Amino acid sequence: MSNLKTTLSSSLGKKIVMSLTGLFLCTFLIVHLIGNLQLFKDDNGLAFNAYAYTMTHFTPIKIVSYLLYASIIVHAMYALILTSMNKKARPVGYAQQNGNANSPWTSRNMGILGTILLIFIVIHMNNFWAQYHWADLPYAKYEVSLTDPADVKFTSIPFDGSKIAHTDYVDIEHGVKVLIAKDLYLIVGELFKQWWYVLLYVVSMVALAFHLFHGFRSAFQTLGWDHKKYVSAIRFIGEWGFGLLIPIAFAAMPLYFFFFK
Amino acid sequence: MSHISHPNTNKMSAHMNLTLKVWRQKNANDKGGFVTYKAADISPDMSFLEMLDVVNEGLIKKGEDPIHFDHDCREGICGMCSLYINGRAHGPKRAITTCQLHMRSFSDGETITIEPWRAAAFPVVKDLAVNRQAFDRIQQSGGYVSINTGGVPDANEIPIPKFIADEAFNSATCIGCGACVAACKNASAMLFVSAKVSQLALLPQGQQERYQRVQAMVAQMDEEGFGNCTNTGACEAECPKEISITNIARMNREYFTSKFFKEEEIH
Amino acid sequence: MKLDAKIPEGPLFEKWPKHKFNLKLVNPANKRKYTILVVGTGLAGSSAAASLAELGYNVKTFCFQDSPRRAHSIAAQGGINAAKNYRNDGDSVYRLFYDTIKGGDYRAREANVYRLADVSVNIIDQCVAQGVPFAREYGGLLDNRSFGGSQVSRTFYARGQTGQQLLLGAYSALNRQIHQGTIKSYNRHEMLDVVVVDGKAQGIVTRNLITGEIETHAGHAVLLCTGGYGNVFYLSTNAMGSNITAAWKAHKRGAYFGNPCFTQIHPTCIPVSGDHQSKLTLMSESLRNDGRVWAPKTKELAEKLRKGELKGSDLKEEDRDYFLERKYPAFGNLVPRDVASRNAKEIVDEGRGVGGSGVAVFLDFAESIARLGEDSVRAKYGNLFDMYEQITAENPYKQPMRIYPAVHYTMGGLWVDYNLQTTVPGLYALGEANFSDHGANRLGASALMQGLADGYFVIPYTVGDYLANIGPKPVDDSHPAFAETKKAVEDRIAKLLSLKGTKTVDEYHRELGHIMWEYCGMARTEEGLKKAKGLISELRADFWKNAIVPGTNSEFNQSLEKAGRVADFLELGELMVDDALDRKESCGGHFRLESQTDEGEALRDDDNYAYVAAWEYKGDNTPEQLHREELVFENVKLTQRSYK
Repeated sequence: MSNLKTTLSSSLGKKIVMSLTGLFLCTFLIVHLIGNLQLFKDDNGLAFNAYAYTMTHFTPIKIVSYLLYASIIVHAMYALILTSMNKKARPVGYAQQNGNANSPWTSRNMGILGTILLIFIVIHMNNFWAQYHWADLPYAKYEVSLTDPADVKFTSIPFDGSKIAHTDYVDIEHGVKVLIAKDLYLIVGELFKQWWYVLLYVVSMVALAFHLFHGFRSAFQTLGWDHKKYVSAIRFIGEWGFGLLIPIAFAAMPLYFFFFK
Repeated sequence: MSHISHPNTNKMSAHMNLTLKVWRQKNANDKGGFVTYKAADISPDMSFLEMLDVVNEGLIKKGEDPIHFDHDCREGICGMCSLYINGRAHGPKRAITTCQLHMRSFSDGETITIEPWRAAAFPVVKDLAVNRQAFDRIQQSGGYVSINTGGVPDANEIPIPKFIADEAFNSATCIGCGACVAACKNASAMLFVSAKVSQLALLPQGQQERYQRVQAMVAQMDEEGFGNCTNTGACEAECPKEISITNIARMNREYFTSKFFKEEEIH
Repeated sequence: MKLDAKIPEGPLFEKWPKHKFNLKLVNPANKRKYTILVVGTGLAGSSAAASLAELGYNVKTFCFQDSPRRAHSIAAQGGINAAKNYRNDGDSVYRLFYDTIKGGDYRAREANVYRLADVSVNIIDQCVAQGVPFAREYGGLLDNRSFGGSQVSRTFYARGQTGQQLLLGAYSALNRQIHQGTIKSYNRHEMLDVVVVDGKAQGIVTRNLITGEIETHAGHAVLLCTGGYGNVFYLSTNAMGSNITAAWKAHKRGAYFGNPCFTQIHPTCIPVSGDHQSKLTLMSESLRNDGRVWAPKTKELAEKLRKGELKGSDLKEEDRDYFLERKYPAFGNLVPRDVASRNAKEIVDEGRGVGGSGVAVFLDFAESIARLGEDSVRAKYGNLFDMYEQITAENPYKQPMRIYPAVHYTMGGLWVDYNLQTTVPGLYALGEANFSDHGANRLGASALMQGLADGYFVIPYTVGDYLANIGPKPVDDSHPAFAETKKAVEDRIAKLLSLKGTKTVDEYHRELGHIMWEYCGMARTEEGLKKAKGLISELRADFWKNAIVPGTNSEFNQSLEKAGRVADFLELGELMVDDALDRKESCGGHFRLESQTDEGEALRDDDNYAYVAAWEYKGDNTPEQLHREELVFENVKLTQRSYK
């Protein structure tokens, strides 16, 4: 144990914590994105609300999600510790600095980008996660025809004390599959109509893009996974996948709701 | 290295006049500050340090204390010179030390800001000279193969594949100037330390102490108060010997392997 | 005092093994009771300090740089010789010995040189074991090249940075001992005097260059590994800080100075570009393996080249004079350094020099590029070409390089016996600081070999013998000699700091350099040398009246450091001239115009000058006394060197 402790308190140990939590958050982003793509379905939120329920009630996923919250906190905390150490390593700064001559802007501003993301995550969690868990959300009832899955009847059920619960059953008599679920889709739709929220979301995704543009590859460098045979693949995934595609896909959702719904 | 291109391929005979903003600090305890000097009639063929020589000659004649800066071989190999010029370690050109920088890289009338390396682990000694003994202490902690003089095998009994020898050589070219630390926004010494760790981790001679070495050198590096690597790549870009940050990845690998998968512990 | 070189009896190859057996050993338990002071941390100093500490002695090292790793050995480019015969091309210890004696123009000791060749093979083994990344072939074994006029490939190299890699190897051995607590390293300390107690060296006085504190250090033996004195010429390929001070102080305390006039001028340096020049940059002479040296055939063409009306590459083949190939068909561009240098000077003196100043000849790679391809040439010499372009702003792939000789190495140095001991018991000199192995001219890739031979494989044996003889009696700095020496150092510093004249120390240094280069450089005459002697003594007198030395002692004061060094150069310069005057023959790097063959080659006078000139200091403003160590050649026949 003392070995682990000394290892993790060394400069390289702290960096490995940053990289592992960072990469874990990257994998989460993929899962999150796949789920969120359900928002684009024109089904009054059937798929999305079902997905939201699974994410919050399936035990293995719940465990992973707590790991995720911990990762965010550890990632941010270690970033803070490392930044303050780095400040101490240069108590007197330069009068003139030409950082652009030797390194990309993103790599030198991970702290600022990360702070933006942290603020975003707090607002984001408050708007969706906290609402979903604790607020009195209306329920959505979906009756999906067993013979034609495209035939869905949607009814909104206002919040009604404790009488309503999540239900999922097959009604043979009427030939439908019934799903009654918390209508998170409604909250999303409403929020994505707010211009300030859309702006915040998009700005944050730009920050995410820059953060991952450097962060993904940097994590591999820290782990020492840097072989010339695959370093270009890592760079490609980091820059095009995490630096461009994923943030654009995320940003597309609020924009889609804002402009087309 | 590819070709170096010069803005003026023809010999310029026109001399330049420059304004220098130089960091002056009497000793480690002095607060220090910038002082402005004029450098007049500077030939573009002068090296940057020769330009400072000229300024110093003028100062001495006026009875003033000349600007102190470290320098020795003046051919880019001893690693002694260490100026932060216009916001960059060793000045505006890549892959050279300050002593190899020539005035033809500047233009007439320019103002040049000259600062010492800035890092807690490199305290200023005087003016532009800093104390880099932290580097020596890191090397002392493990940057060697523990063999005594005599009693070693014949040189050709240790065959080494050429590509390994070449890669080790690339790491071994470090001159210990500290530009990596100076350029890094975190004042991290990772490139310096990893160059030595890499050299000996690659070569068969270094295998016996491979894992203790990396642990000892990283521990000493941390103790010296250098910052942490955030993989900006500034070190590699400013290194006069163009040592690659691949070395840093290799050191990380060595360190985690030693910590998580090997028996060796430092004491 | 009679000079005794202490060369062991017996056949050449038995001398060193027998001598090693006859040397006394120090009991392992007693070794830690001895302290050895090592001044200078280049190849000789670092290797000696590490090896002695490994044996169990306490060692203190001193260097004026901020780290031992920066000693000027680091700048050696080309390689290191060793008689490994890995190439199966006829090399042997005897051949390396023979080549070195011949290359030194028969002015070195047979016994020393044979030992050097003998241990050369161990050096390579040692360095490889340390992790020095020498160049290798695809089969994984070490690569060799032919170097500096050698007809066998015995040079081991690490790209163009062999000195750096060897020094970092020795530095790593040094670091290991510092870590173990057997060596204490004093950086940014300059040795300013030797303390002699009862005729034996027993300590040194140093100045802490940061605080100015004058310190005394006591030890049972003092090793001077302080390099050469090429900077007496102001412009040389030496580092700015390279100086004679430590050796000169030792000289004034009784150590004789051997062959001071033997300096080596290296043929392939980048020419001077103006008065501002502070140092010269050497390019490895491995360049001469593929480059062809030439000058325009006529003065008229040279004139056009100087004015920039023509470029080197514009000249037709028939207008070019490949003068080395023409005069020395057998060796061509690979003639020894002194021969190549002198020929370049002749060309310039004839008015056929090129470049803006007219003080340069061409080194042309056009043919090699055509034959091997540009990539292949780049792979071999890329770093040198880049360096050249960096300094001159000319592209050597397109235009021939301009080169001119520059002072590079000093074969002379403190006189030492076979044990590397100077005439002061307990005071040793290693590497370039001694005079011993290169005679009147050093072969390429032999300096690194000598520094490491002395440090790794000679001194650990010989110093033990001395220490065993004096016994492990503790030494400290309480003896009055320490206080007296310290006082002398302080007085001299005070005297230097009192100089508030009108001329900077650099101006004096530059003037001294001009005098030395003009009259005691590549070609020397009795008349010129006599003139130089007067000029130097006038300059020295003026220095002590009109120099400016700003600042105080109790601070980092680079002006004071420089002033002390230049003051010593001003004394050394005169001794070099005296030595050059005394030696009325030409040999190796010492070329007296009065003594040459009909073909213009150096003409030795073996009957009268086959000796080592060892000069004894007799006091300020008193002529030094010459002692002669006759050189005895039992194994090689003295012949006129010829590279035709």
